[in-house]
Amino acid sequence: MYDIIIIGAGPAGLTAAIYGKRALKKVLVLEALSYGGQIINTLDIENYPAAAHISGFDFATNLYNQAKELGTEIKFEKVTNIIDNDDIKKVVTSKGEYETKTIIIATGADNRKLGLENEDKLIGKGISYCATCDGNFFKGKDVAVVGGGNTALEDTLYLTDLVNKVYLIHRRDEFRGDPTIVEKLKEKDNVEFVYNSNVTKLISNDKLEGVEVTNKDGSTKELSVSGLFVAIGKVPENENFKEIINLDESGYIIAGEDCHTNREGIFVAGDNRVKELRQLVTATSDGAIAATEAVKYINK
Amino acid sequence: MEVITVTKDTFDEEVMKSSTPVLIDFNADWCGPCRMLRPILDEVASSNDKVKVVSINIDDEDELADKYEVSSIPCLVLIKDGKEVNRNVGLIAKEQLESFIGE
Ligand SMILES: Cc1cc2nc3c(=O)[nH]c(=O)nc-3n(C[C@H](O)[C@H](O)[C@H](O)COP(=O)(O)OP(=O)(O)OC[C@H]3O[C@@H](n4cnc5c(N)ncnc54)[C@H](O)[C@@H]3O)c2cc1C
Repeated sequence: MYDIIIIGAGPAGLTAAIYGKRALKKVLVLEALSYGGQIINTLDIENYPAAAHISGFDFATNLYNQAKELGTEIKFEKVTNIIDNDDIKKVVTSKGEYETKTIIIATGADNRKLGLENEDKLIGKGISYCATCDGNFFKGKDVAVVGGGNTALEDTLYLTDLVNKVYLIHRRDEFRGDPTIVEKLKEKDNVEFVYNSNVTKLISNDKLEGVEVTNKDGSTKELSVSGLFVAIGKVPENENFKEIINLDESGYIIAGEDCHTNREGIFVAGDNRVKELRQLVTATSDGAIAATEAVKYINK
Repeated sequence: MEVITVTKDTFDEEVMKSSTPVLIDFNADWCGPCRMLRPILDEVASSNDKVKVVSINIDDEDELADKYEVSSIPCLVLIKDGKEVNRNVGLIAKEQLESFIGE
């Protein structure tokens, strides 16, 4: 029986493990994919206090080693369910079941998909969720970005220097994101704004060849592009817990800064919690608080 | 075996003429998920002798990346008798990788 089982080895989960181990608890971290979470996708972190200009890979690896050195046990198994029998809780994975006194859900968030036919099949064949990762493959080509927030604007700006032309598709006629980036984009001669429009179809023949966009007024047109960068936000990974844990209408676990969920002994930490700012510094902060609260609960 | 680095000069010999299936890992130094994947590939290479694992750096070998129409990395391509039989884009856990290769 574990004292604390942490679901997810991202920044929140690994930080929780550090705090749990430092309180001398028996801790297991269960991770579906690899340690590190979303941050491994970034080349340069500029805003983490006292660690400017560290790559996401190095950040994640340092954190992982720190948790391991303290004796954290990590297993690479995807969690599919949790069962709450008050004092003894169970965590069910793709490989087995584990008993624990407390659970910290730190499953973070994943890219929101458009939900269009063939979208999954075209990942790596024209569809991408990361312009800085994949932009280089589209040098000199025509591409589109879909979205209206900062990520979409930054992606578009990044791509203007690489590709022939970028269409920026947005469902409104105003952007939520940073107006200074919008101004910069307006000065570029290879950006075309496609306002009040949604992507309604992916045109492909093994590879992406274009997209169909539908305007609010009902008219449609086809844009011939070989790349589509999807930047329409994130979705929390809380599907597996919704039977017993309260989520808000967007799927985030409802909990305050103390990281308590509606179930005693089950806590949440990181990007999958209801909060204003989803960053490393808030994820690691949650991890510390959730583990401290779990320790309090165990020692009660 | 270890993961072998392949260039366009050695591609024919190491991949096309290989008698065992080849798992190609298209990657780059700047790609975080590629670096995460590497230890998993090292494990597979050393524990599974039914497949040869090779690494291709897309920045050095853009011809090969173009040939396989790689447009997102990490990208794994499984080759049997010189032909592509399976492909995976993005980070993949060890268990899924084993079933991707097919025991
Ligand atoms: C490209 C990019 C750049 C960024 N740059 C910055 C930056 O410069 N500064 C900054 O502060 N923030 C940045 N962020 C945001 C930051 O990465 C996140 O806020 C942070 O990673 C959240 O941590 P987390 O632990 O809550 O979740 P995540 O990082 O999402 O980690 C969750 C982990 O849980 C695992 N998991 C999910 N479901 C299950 C399951 N059922 N079973 C087992 N494991 C599961 C996932 O595989 C993942 O490893 C960036 C994000 C991206 C995508």
